[in-house]
Amino acid sequence: MKSHQRYTAEEKNVVQGYSEMFLDVKNRGEGAFIPFTVAGDPDFETSLKIVQQYVDSGADALEIGFPFSDPVADGPSVQAADIRSLNSGMTTERCFEFIDRIRKFTSIPIGILVYYNLIYKIGLEEFYRKARKSGINGILAADLPPEESNDAVYMAKKYKINQIFMVAQTTSNQRINEVVKRCSGFLYVVAVMGVTGARSDIKKSTVDLIKRVKNHTKLPLVVGFGISKPEHVSDVIKSGADGAIVASAIIDIITDKLDDMDVAKDEIGSFCRELKHSTK
Amino acid sequence: MITEGKFGKYGGIFVPELIIPALEELEGAFLRYKDDEKFTKELEFYLREFAGRPTSLYFAKNLSKKFGCKIYLKREDMLHTGAHKINNTLGQGLLAKYMGKKRLMAETGAGQHGIATAVVGAMLSIPTEVYMGIEDVERQKLNVFRMELSGSHVIPVETGSKTLKDAINEAFRDWITNVETTHYLIGSTMGPHPYPIMVKHFQSVIGNEARKQILEKEGKLPDAVIACVGGGSNAMGVFSGFIEDKDVELIGVEGGGDGIETERTGATLCKGTEGILHGSLSFVLQDDNGQISEAHSVSAGLDYPGVGPEHAHLKITGRANYVAVTNQEALRGFELLSKYEGIIPALESAHAVAYAEKYSKVIENSEKTIIINLSGRGDKDMFLVAKEMGVEV
Repeated sequence: MKSHQRYTAEEKNVVQGYSEMFLDVKNRGEGAFIPFTVAGDPDFETSLKIVQQYVDSGADALEIGFPFSDPVADGPSVQAADIRSLNSGMTTERCFEFIDRIRKFTSIPIGILVYYNLIYKIGLEEFYRKARKSGINGILAADLPPEESNDAVYMAKKYKINQIFMVAQTTSNQRINEVVKRCSGFLYVVAVMGVTGARSDIKKSTVDLIKRVKNHTKLPLVVGFGISKPEHVSDVIKSGADGAIVASAIIDIITDKLDDMDVAKDEIGSFCRELKHSTK
Repeated sequence: MITEGKFGKYGGIFVPELIIPALEELEGAFLRYKDDEKFTKELEFYLREFAGRPTSLYFAKNLSKKFGCKIYLKREDMLHTGAHKINNTLGQGLLAKYMGKKRLMAETGAGQHGIATAVVGAMLSIPTEVYMGIEDVERQKLNVFRMELSGSHVIPVETGSKTLKDAINEAFRDWITNVETTHYLIGSTMGPHPYPIMVKHFQSVIGNEARKQILEKEGKLPDAVIACVGGGSNAMGVFSGFIEDKDVELIGVEGGGDGIETERTGATLCKGTEGILHGSLSFVLQDDNGQISEAHSVSAGLDYPGVGPEHAHLKITGRANYVAVTNQEALRGFELLSKYEGIIPALESAHAVAYAEKYSKVIENSEKTIIINLSGRGDKDMFLVAKEMGVEV
């Protein structure tokens, strides 16, 4: 039984911010559960139902990938999802429509994960303006390190969107300080050395990284990459993370059940409830 | 990063955070060793004794007669493994050794860069793995065998387009995972900083030699330097010797495929638009949404939807001109050089030959001197060319 009521954006006519959400979750003694999917995988309407299922199954925020032809930071699961989505006719414009549709049934924070060429091609101002209009809370460009991010950070401020950055085990303390200066909303902590994809266990190095990063910032820490089991979620939350992003493990359900999306939806629902439960 | 790695606005480090520390480490090592006496002596030794440098600047008398101007060929085709690629793999391989890296990893299209990496891995005793699109593995079985004979492990890539572009994607993913132990040996003047300046540095030996040689032979600089451009390393190598000589025209020839007005082309600078691919801002072949297109050229080395960022800068500033020749024109260049000079060029280099013929018709001046960078030899293309000519071998 949830202790708070969620309103849809239309009912309340506001979008919940990250800080509000993280505070809310913290007050309940939980971590945030943030499921990921690629917009339009395997097609626009099915994908929307999957996101609805996320929300109904206890997601505290959403992370939505815009499909890209050459996703170098992603493993085989997400790349296959990107290709399915692109083949179904998704474009950047359709991705914004996708977010518009999500906003009709939820006000929880929505972050998007993109590759920078998608932003660059449309033009930064245009992209951030549209993102704002769709009710997007945060933008993470997987291939945009702080060094190249002046223009993006400027636009993010102008359109009141959180620019989100990643830190990893290879990131020095000095770099973490540089990153957090530009980052808002939350800091994305990369759990493993590698690309996105399901892993069998959470290493001690991940726990150490969470603790190290905590010394440098008050930003909420969200752990992603390789978080694929309820135990992983509870491990990272217990180690001091404020939330966990689960991507490939859910996408693998979609991939396995492409010919029966109703079954996939049910399975995703129960998996998400389990994942959410493990944040408590 | 110590330097920004920009050419005008092009270049940069558009990569996931996990790689940044490796780029910093690589930049530091490159800046430290590139002029280090021990390193440069050792590299010069291998370039001379292992690769076969210097290469000659050969006066192609028959072709000169046919084209009506003086044609010189910079004979990179004479190098060990058959192309200019080894200049770079020796440089980076040695650098990786100085950095204490335990493993070399590379991507390859047709296999030329893969072989050049494999032999250097064998020679320096560093384990080497090469990513290659499964379609290229099928098309270039002999080159896969060559790499394996040299002790390298070839990893077929079955994702995406199953060609060079996705081999690079997989190589990046591997590097993200194994960044602490592995040196990613990129084969062209592309990718994130410091690769474009580093690969140019190791390939600049072509231009430095060519400049000295043409002055010895002609007593003056050439009127034009022509080179094919895929990622752009052989072109950047030869251009670098003449870039300050404003009267020397620099011409890059792209793989036009079926023609730049068609969808089947590899002419990134002629047809593409600004975008970010594989770590840098440059020109790319892409759709209106920024999704990367698949390139096409009869020559696998020019079959890439991106191009090195310094070429984008040279194009925008007007210092170099970029043109495209079609598959058919390239095949004519291939036959011309084989027949008139007894030199069988790589299909990539044949693009430069084909454009030189067009160019000579425009200038119509027998005193004009052109250097063609003959980046590689054609052994690897025999079956393909025979098939195109309708000959059974």
